[in-house]
Amino acid sequence: MAELHLPPTLPSLYTDLPRHVDVDAATVAEAIDRLEDRWPGLRDRLCEPGPALRRHINVYVDRERAGLDTTLEPGSRVDVIAAISGG
Amino acid sequence: MAKRVVLTVGTRKGCFLLESGDARRDWQVRGPFCDAWPIYHAAIDPETGTVYASAASEWHGAGVWRSRDLGESWEMSSEGLQYPEGELKLSKVSGVSIAHGKVRVGAEAAGVFESGDGGATWSLVSTLDDQPGRGSWNDPDKQPPGHLGMTAILPHAEEPDRYMIIVQGYGIFETRDGGGSWEPCNTGLRAEWPLEDERVGYCVHKLVRSPADATRYFQQNHCGMHRSDDGGHTWTEVTDGLPTDFGFVAAAHPHDRDSFYVIPLDPGHGRTMPDGAAAVWRTSDAGSTWQRLSSGLPQQNAHIGVLREGLAIDSLDEPGLYFGTSTGQVFASADAGETWDEIASYLPGISSVEVAVVEA
Repeated sequence: MAELHLPPTLPSLYTDLPRHVDVDAATVAEAIDRLEDRWPGLRDRLCEPGPALRRHINVYVDRERAGLDTTLEPGSRVDVIAAISGG
Repeated sequence: MAKRVVLTVGTRKGCFLLESGDARRDWQVRGPFCDAWPIYHAAIDPETGTVYASAASEWHGAGVWRSRDLGESWEMSSEGLQYPEGELKLSKVSGVSIAHGKVRVGAEAAGVFESGDGGATWSLVSTLDDQPGRGSWNDPDKQPPGHLGMTAILPHAEEPDRYMIIVQGYGIFETRDGGGSWEPCNTGLRAEWPLEDERVGYCVHKLVRSPADATRYFQQNHCGMHRSDDGGHTWTEVTDGLPTDFGFVAAAHPHDRDSFYVIPLDPGHGRTMPDGAAAVWRTSDAGSTWQRLSSGLPQQNAHIGVLREGLAIDSLDEPGLYFGTSTGQVFASADAGETWDEIASYLPGISSVEVAVVEA
């Protein structure tokens, strides 16, 4: 089970989506699939066709920059970060 | 039956609703809605009262928000709102069009998407693949900053499968078969740059049709104000009498086929009202002469601009006009533009204003 931490811009878009979600997944892409299963449409918020992570969405696995194919270990921490910008 | 006038205001930080009775004197502001996502265009379906707002988040992509209860609750969908993997990438959705039971949105890269289920799901209609200019308008090296792609869609008054679209910097195209085939509609327009193909390359900012005469159209172009008397196919310039030939907006009087409104702006980098004095200009003779309307509008140090979808006119007997500025003010007139009041002062930068008259 990996521990996902989502950016604060996401929970308000979906019913009962928390900031922290535990998912059973072998890769980052699978973890996003599990989110999509429970909250349809969520993949579009993080990924573009390809699929690829959106330009201003960054993912870190255990504090290392990651991609969709990065593998997850039991207990991995996955941080999904919206790039700091705006004003 | 008493009536309520509702403005949908799209801003850089969400959608706002401004409401008044039909006297249009006292306004209440609600918002921001849509999680404060940047909204390009928000409009109300006159049949169902549903509000649609096209949005694009730099983080989370493009989608269309909708509210069936005038802003009390909102949903957002992007299902189907993307191009197949390959040449085109969808960065934002822009102009919203609601007519004949369908909602359509323009997109960047340029394409038309439509929804037949009230905005729950979307499907790609066309990217105008066989049209002149199509290769150029999708070339990133030829796109301006803030490229919008397909900026607007104007439905036909009566025919569900017939509508016009604007491709930014290339002009108007019309379909009569629901997007299966297209025809450029730019004859008579002016360009201040070389054209590779005379049929396209015209920078149409805003296209409106007279509700009183379905053959009469006006457009504010990058290069002048233009009128069409044949359903938007050929154009005659009617800029003489206006302070500049540049602007973004136009609005058609709901009952008089000869009356249209425009807000001229300085061209170049400024793109604000000339001399820092705010004014709306009206023609009542189809563009032969123009009158400056400024009573109640700021006349000193008002360096304000109005973007493509920033001017709206209602359908009441004496129509009300409304415009929102890129610096967050909304001005309203309840007497066809003769006098104006500032009805909101500190909204985020405004990209669109639309109006609907609903039962109270």
